[in-house]
Amino acid sequence: MAEELSACERRPWVEATEKPFVRIKGITKMFGDLAAVDDVSLDIYRGELFCLLGGSGCGKSTLLRMLAGFETQTSGAIEIDGQDMTGVAANLRPTNMMFQSYALFPHMSVEKNVAYGLLREGVSKGEAMQRTKDMLSLVKLDGFASRKPHQLSGGQQQRVALARSLIKQPKLLLLDEPLGALDKKLREETQFELIRIQEDLGVTFIVVTHDQEEAMTLSTRIGVMDAGGIVQVGEPREIYETPNSKYVADFIGSVNIFDGEVDVAAPDLMRVNSTEGPIICEPMAGLNAKQKLHIAVRPERIQLSRTPIEATNTMQGMVTEVAYMGNLSVYRVQLAGGQCLKVTAANGLHEENPITWDEAVHIGWSAAASTVLVK
Amino acid sequence: MKLRFTPIMALFGFIFLYGPIVSLVIYSFNKSKLVTVWGGWSTKWYAELFANEQIMSAAWLSLKIGVISASVATVFGTMMAMVLVRFKKVRGRGLMGGMITGPLVMPDVIIGLSLLLLFVAMQSLIGWPAGRGLTTILIAHITFNMAFVTVVVQSRLSDMDDSIEEAALDLGASPTRVFFDITLPMITPALISGWLLAFTLSLDDLVISSFVSGPGATTLPMVIFSKVRLGVSPDINALASLIVLAVSIGIIISALLMRKKPR
Repeated sequence: MAEELSACERRPWVEATEKPFVRIKGITKMFGDLAAVDDVSLDIYRGELFCLLGGSGCGKSTLLRMLAGFETQTSGAIEIDGQDMTGVAANLRPTNMMFQSYALFPHMSVEKNVAYGLLREGVSKGEAMQRTKDMLSLVKLDGFASRKPHQLSGGQQQRVALARSLIKQPKLLLLDEPLGALDKKLREETQFELIRIQEDLGVTFIVVTHDQEEAMTLSTRIGVMDAGGIVQVGEPREIYETPNSKYVADFIGSVNIFDGEVDVAAPDLMRVNSTEGPIICEPMAGLNAKQKLHIAVRPERIQLSRTPIEATNTMQGMVTEVAYMGNLSVYRVQLAGGQCLKVTAANGLHEENPITWDEAVHIGWSAAASTVLVK
Repeated sequence: MKLRFTPIMALFGFIFLYGPIVSLVIYSFNKSKLVTVWGGWSTKWYAELFANEQIMSAAWLSLKIGVISASVATVFGTMMAMVLVRFKKVRGRGLMGGMITGPLVMPDVIIGLSLLLLFVAMQSLIGWPAGRGLTTILIAHITFNMAFVTVVVQSRLSDMDDSIEEAALDLGASPTRVFFDITLPMITPALISGWLLAFTLSLDDLVISSFVSGPGATTLPMVIFSKVRLGVSPDINALASLIVLAVSIGIIISALLMRKKPR
């Protein structure tokens, strides 16, 4: 196990070198007339930490509950480790789940909570207690064995829930908003803890979250969901740098979107007419003149200066808002055409005379920084 | 103004509610044979009460009916509550949920009369229950007690986080094990308070029992009622005081258990 490469080093999704561990094949879940999950197909590989990311009501939790066996799909099939899961009850599946509410058994001690799965499996009491002890030290809860859940803090309850779901060494661990109930600082610490445990045990994780930052930190790959369907699947960098639609670009990080139509789409030049004037992009095949599309530019890709800028795309504007964030500052720049851009710039140490409110500024960005979004 | 007025109103209300009961308890220690004349302290009516064969056998019957009907109603009521809260795909669940509150709001006279008619019809059709007595009173009490237990258990169950049961299922417990390992321990306070409520209601019931009882099956409230019609005798005061004591203990325990929030 130790010598084996982790999933983010092997990257089996780039070339099909291994069989997918979890195969979701055209799965649909109807609640009445409403499709909560609409024809989703997804391959997840062994050892991955896969995040299902989306807003509330996008179907991500329903998809997770179908993997766990709490909901039955209307059509389609789920395969885990080569086995078809159709008709297999939740208590007989090789998966375990960590619930958003933690769902600890309130009348049992921490130790009994964690050992519950082992005892149901028929493991002897002595062995179960030993393994529980080891698991509690893995999640740094030694000495809490005899406490009741209501005597623990939120972070400790979260770790009990994690220990309980890992004790049976499931092939697949499903986590529903695992860090949702923790405060920001604890959440950041726990994210890395979760990655450490996942790599130590080599378990495949599927995490549901609505927090894009959390998804970026945790995952080998992200599946962005909207309205019951998967919009884009890819590594965090891929999703951030080359989003395939306006929805994904907008959902992951912050972004400036220009609406426009294609002016020139030649192999060596690509120009789009927007409300703020022409924007040059990297040439790209399959576009027609006059086609309506969006251009996305990340705030940190835009340069900001009082003097004119040497860049492929340049514009002028007026700073209307400045927010000092410590490591960087966020500027809102009003352009001539009426659009307001968000620009971030790193702050220097003891910067003298920084750009401030109501200043006329020049902005600019490269052709590569303008991402063309057809959808 | 408001601050001075409310405690007086509360005091007035308490006197109004508990004054008669307090006077009943005091008069049960009255030495005089005349109910309305105070003749000094005595516990002789309690001694006389325990020597009264008729009252003691009625009390024993009432206790027996109370325990059996409350226990059976707790089992049935819990099953009913589980169906109403957990099994969301059961056909006619909404109708059943509405109808379960029927016995709570229906006048006792109507329940008693309809049960009597049912028992008579059943006897002539299938020969069971043969005549009226302990069995018919038990069936009647189980019927209305079940509704009360269902309501109590239902409220506790719907407060419970579904994912706690799902977590146990997910860890490999069969649905039956989940019920006994997780659900049952978590709703135990509701079961106890439901049982106590049912027991109290059964002990208290006069109207329905009168309709469905037969010769030889006289419950305590029926004995009291028939004795009072012939004039109030002081041993009835003693008996009533004992019932008040038993019922208050039951209600206090039940209230304490329900107040304890699920953690």
